[in-house]
Amino acid sequence: MNRVTTAFANRKAFIVYITAGDPTLDDTARLLPAIAAAGADIIEVGVPFSDPSADGPVIQRAAERALASGTTLRGVLDMLRRTRAQISVPILLFTYMNPIVAIGIDAFASAASAAGVDAVLVVDLPPEEAADLDAASAARALSRVYLVAPTTPPARIRRIARASTGFIYFVSMTGITGANLGGLEPVERGVAQIRKVSLLPVAVGFGVATPDEAARVAKTADGVVVGSAIVRALAEDATRGLSLVRSLASAVHRAPSK
Amino acid sequence: MNASRFGDFGGRYVAETLIPALEELERAYADSAKDRGFQTELTRLLRTYVGRPTPLTFAANLSRRAGFRVYLKREDLAHTGAHKINNGIGQALLARRMKKRRLIAETGAGQHGVATATVAALFGFPCDVYMGSEDIARQAPNVSRMKLLGARVIPVEAGTRTLKDALNEALRDWVTNVQGTYYLIGSVAGPHPYPTIVRDFQSVIGRETRAQIRRAAGRLPDVVVACVGGGSNAAGIFKPFEREGRVRLVGVEAAGDGISTGRHAATLAEGRVGVFHGMRSVVLQDADGQIRETHSISAGLDYPGVGPEHAFWKESGRVTYISATDNEALAAFHDLTRLEGIVPALESAHALAALPKLSRALGHRLTRKSVVVVNVSGRGDKDLATVLAREAKP
Repeated sequence: MNRVTTAFANRKAFIVYITAGDPTLDDTARLLPAIAAAGADIIEVGVPFSDPSADGPVIQRAAERALASGTTLRGVLDMLRRTRAQISVPILLFTYMNPIVAIGIDAFASAASAAGVDAVLVVDLPPEEAADLDAASAARALSRVYLVAPTTPPARIRRIARASTGFIYFVSMTGITGANLGGLEPVERGVAQIRKVSLLPVAVGFGVATPDEAARVAKTADGVVVGSAIVRALAEDATRGLSLVRSLASAVHRAPSK
Repeated sequence: MNASRFGDFGGRYVAETLIPALEELERAYADSAKDRGFQTELTRLLRTYVGRPTPLTFAANLSRRAGFRVYLKREDLAHTGAHKINNGIGQALLARRMKKRRLIAETGAGQHGVATATVAALFGFPCDVYMGSEDIARQAPNVSRMKLLGARVIPVEAGTRTLKDALNEALRDWVTNVQGTYYLIGSVAGPHPYPTIVRDFQSVIGRETRAQIRRAAGRLPDVVVACVGGGSNAAGIFKPFEREGRVRLVGVEAAGDGISTGRHAATLAEGRVGVFHGMRSVVLQDADGQIRETHSISAGLDYPGVGPEHAFWKESGRVTYISATDNEALAAFHDLTRLEGIVPALESAHALAALPKLSRALGHRLTRKSVVVVNVSGRGDKDLATVLAREAKP
């Protein structure tokens, strides 16, 4: 069992998304250990991209701030390599595909592995286009996390499950990051469908903002991802952001484990 | 070769939520291609509503200046004033067939937005058009037309506030409202199957041109020239000539202030392979894979990507790609207006600006007997304010 899957072993996992380099990579390097200490079980480190078409306004603005301070994929990996020893939890790298293409898929997988990255999620790379990255990741023991959406039909869920290692990320609604979470019924249905075809843990994200929402989602899922709400709070005030992380973490961790 | 790819280019690089919608579109498109009723309706609308076939005009005065015979394919005379309507009609029929309830689109120059707003009015769809606020400022007449047609024009303030950002915002809308909304992409770009669908609907330009030039000149042309932003008018006129090895195909990109200044939109000249807007293609980007800001006087060419089939044609050598600067396009805009009484869109003016460069680009001298077809992809009414404002500057 790899580090990422282990994070789900004893309790519901709380996954925190932040945009690397927002507002600078030095800030991110200081934040990562603090976020782990505040109760995150996995940290999803987002690589800023100029054209984040899957992201809502909060993460778009975060990416703009990060790019304005000169953040690059190489820079993010360098920062992680230097600070990895201080971060006690697994790191999931979230990125769009183009920065990886710019570096080269093999060079990226080597650098990510050397930086202590545990898993990679490429939001605009469905399994059909991912053979090269899957192979390069497998060769370096990097887990591959894929999204399953409420629109994904059962046959595709099986295919995505086969390609996934680490965990499966269920998108709570059709929409972009930071939108409003609708009812929980699609989440319950989606998670149940995934469980039929995979033994991997299932985390749910997109639109989870409050401890109450996180607690409700944690009843169904093995893990809960919160991004925009934390990114927004951290941008306003780091102390307030970390206290939001703490209250979200305790809400998720209170949910009864299987 | 995989149907979703052109050589190594194309594919489907989008968030998972959209994949089933793209698969549904691919199936619906394949069914429509085999459905005689659908094809009859498309042909009827192109003839009776769009006004096809558009003429092929022999440009006598321009030919004397150029030193070879120049024919103009007159997409400026299509309904709404540009070739974009060919694809708008085709995809609106698809949307109706798929029982979608709403259209969305992105637009740069506004011609695709106008075409989409037009077919939305015709077929009774509500319609939202995303447009960068920079483009809204420089293409005001088209914004008014879209509103008159009943579309909502939604300004996009993100990024560079141009076409690429409008496309990002349209993708965000689509991923949110994917059930029930049809995304009507205007160029041969984006995830599979869009580059194929848009090229097929635009290929009517090339099919007509083949028949018309045979009648007018007694043979196929030596050269076909078209401007390339995303590349839909070029793909449409090139495709039916693709297998005619003797017909040279020339695509003209926007060199803005000049390629050496870095302020341009000549993607195939300066870009590298990347993944952008759902496709693997050539992309203008920095060393770290961030998409670069582009510049062109022509909003319709101001785009850092290019359709994957053009990337393939460049790699295979089938099409020769060159570029024209803002100033060259402006000069060609005035030349066609004064010499032939035709006001071209600034996009099309880039294709016309290539005429003096053709011999050099092709590596052999064109003679008085050479036959060259230029695709006049749209008319220039929308650009008058841009041209006048630029020329009023001291």
